Amino acid sequence: MNEKYLPLLATIVVFLALFLSGGMLYKNFLSTLVLGDILADNAFIITAAIGTTFVILSGGIDLSIGSMIGFVGVVIANLDAVGWHPLASAATMLAFGVLFGGLQGLIIDFCEIQPFIATLAGLFLLRGACFMINLDSVPIRHPFVESFAALSIELPGEGYLRSSAIVMLLSLAVAVVVAHFTRFGANVYAIGGDRTSAQLMGVPMRQTSVAIYALGGFYSALGGVIYAFYTSSGYPLAGTGNELTAIASVVLGGTLLTGGVGMVAGTLFGGMILGLIATLINFNGSLNGAWIMIAGGSLLFIFIVMQRSLVGSFRLRATN
Amino acid sequence: MKVESPASPNGRLRAIARHRAVWPLVALALIFAVDGVISPGFFHIRIVEGRLFGNLIDILYRATPTAIVALGMAIVIGTKGIDLSVGSIIAIIGAVITWRIHAGDPHFVILLIALGTGLLCGLWNGFLVAVLDIQPIIATLILMVSGRGIGLMINLLYGGTNPSFQSELLQGLSVGHISLIPTRLVLGAAIFAALWLLIRRTALGLFLEAVGGNSAAADLAGVDARLVKYAAYLICGLCAAWAGVILAADTHTSDPVSVGLYIELDAILAVVIGGGSLSGGRIYLGMTVLGALVIQALTTSILTSGLPPEYNLVVKAFVVIVVLLLQSNNLRTALYASFSGRKR
Repeated sequence: MNEKYLPLLATIVVFLALFLSGGMLYKNFLSTLVLGDILADNAFIITAAIGTTFVILSGGIDLSIGSMIGFVGVVIANLDAVGWHPLASAATMLAFGVLFGGLQGLIIDFCEIQPFIATLAGLFLLRGACFMINLDSVPIRHPFVESFAALSIELPGEGYLRSSAIVMLLSLAVAVVVAHFTRFGANVYAIGGDRTSAQLMGVPMRQTSVAIYALGGFYSALGGVIYAFYTSSGYPLAGTGNELTAIASVVLGGTLLTGGVGMVAGTLFGGMILGLIATLINFNGSLNGAWIMIAGGSLLFIFIVMQRSLVGSFRLRATN
Repeated sequence: MKVESPASPNGRLRAIARHRAVWPLVALALIFAVDGVISPGFFHIRIVEGRLFGNLIDILYRATPTAIVALGMAIVIGTKGIDLSVGSIIAIIGAVITWRIHAGDPHFVILLIALGTGLLCGLWNGFLVAVLDIQPIIATLILMVSGRGIGLMINLLYGGTNPSFQSELLQGLSVGHISLIPTRLVLGAAIFAALWLLIRRTALGLFLEAVGGNSAAADLAGVDARLVKYAAYLICGLCAAWAGVILAADTHTSDPVSVGLYIELDAILAVVIGGGSLSGGRIYLGMTVLGALVIQALTTSILTSGLPPEYNLVVKAFVVIVVLLLQSNNLRTALYASFSGRKR
């Protein structure tokens, strides 16, 4: 088997192991109902994390995700209040996400500012913009949002695949195609693997950098749209800290932070693992939120050490 | 790049413009200029109840924890690392202090325990980065994600959700004052001096910058890169612990969810505004303090100017972007070319 699938496989194995151990601990856990809920509850963050996967594959990082999710929700809610159709405002915000991400990419590439710092400014800017628009939660009252939230496909068993999960899975499919079957996708891997070599091979660096961050902006804006529709509201604090959850999902999904190695599909399972941990701790009832943080951190540690040794074995074989 | 003779006035001007202290100082001057226009009494310093009082003192006072964290961060960044866990370390320190005070330990022992906890956190980060060779962003992300959870768990050890405490010793170190000057400023200056001596007057500073510049080359030159990286994360952990003591004593409580929130971002910003590069190899301690002052001056100015506090983040983002863009060589060259092109 191809070694590049090993991290993805490890992620899937961990997910299944967690899911099965949940099934052994609690009855009714092992059902499509729980699975569908985890998918729907974490759809917005997994969608945003898909965009982050591209950014991280190219060796960069994007911290503006959480603020983007909050900002998109707040704007959609306020546009709803003045009578816009949610789909129209959603399309506007997706375009904004592309523009904002692209601008970040341009600043990073042209001004040679580290992605960490440039997107940190993006985090402050968007979160600040949320606070400037309003400080309270604003409901989205348009009937379309209600019918969207009610939309679902029945799964075998008692579960439902809800609309947010459907949008997430569709956007994942698009991302897989972009990553593995287009020239742009190959360029992303090339830049992440070795910047200098990619440049010498004729990869258009500036266009690709801008496109990567624009894609990241698009997916985080889409995550924001899903979140706003799912909760039927815009809240200026929504998505706080979600950039870290998204990055953790990408790392748990088997993508190396050094860039160049990883798969978009892994991010789905990485995000699902984090969602599963939260669900398990909620099922227990006597454990509190502190455990979610500690379990997340521990799992991150185990995965990183595991990846470390995997990469070590790659290198060893390469030198032999 | 064309080298201009420094004797020509244009060349001298450009040499000044290229000095790393210029842009942060310009930013600070601009912020103060705006303050002076908006609120005439901004620079007024008076003595109230035997201590100095005024906006400038307030800026120094509030900037101290961030500046101390940023000093440790500057050293870690100098080794081409980063420490995202400082906010979580502060949360853990607050929880440990409150826990031990409730357990009845002598307060100076608690101070030592707090600093030891900071060292322990630094040891953990150093182990991940130096021994397991994990990328610093990710290595410190682990403690960042779980640290606030650990703080909450420590609180649960004795049943409190946000337990409070009283301690003359610790509060004296944080909110007390020595004659006119706040104690935390005096101690902050002492920490700065100690770190400056360590970085500029011992071989360790040279080793830290060498490892940051090129880890492999430093290793070949006989510097134990592993040990040097350990030292950097230990110092950073210790600095975060001291900031944790100040902040915990300031609020009298252990509130792991919100204490020191985003302080890692402010600290990294302070280092970057001070001209430090995330690609390592340079440690500017004085400039880092200047960076922390710029950030706090901005925050204080927004609060005193009567603008709603909601504008704080947006203004901060714009200042950061402008300072960063001014530091970018590419953009400066492009701007310069377009200006001189227009003249002709």
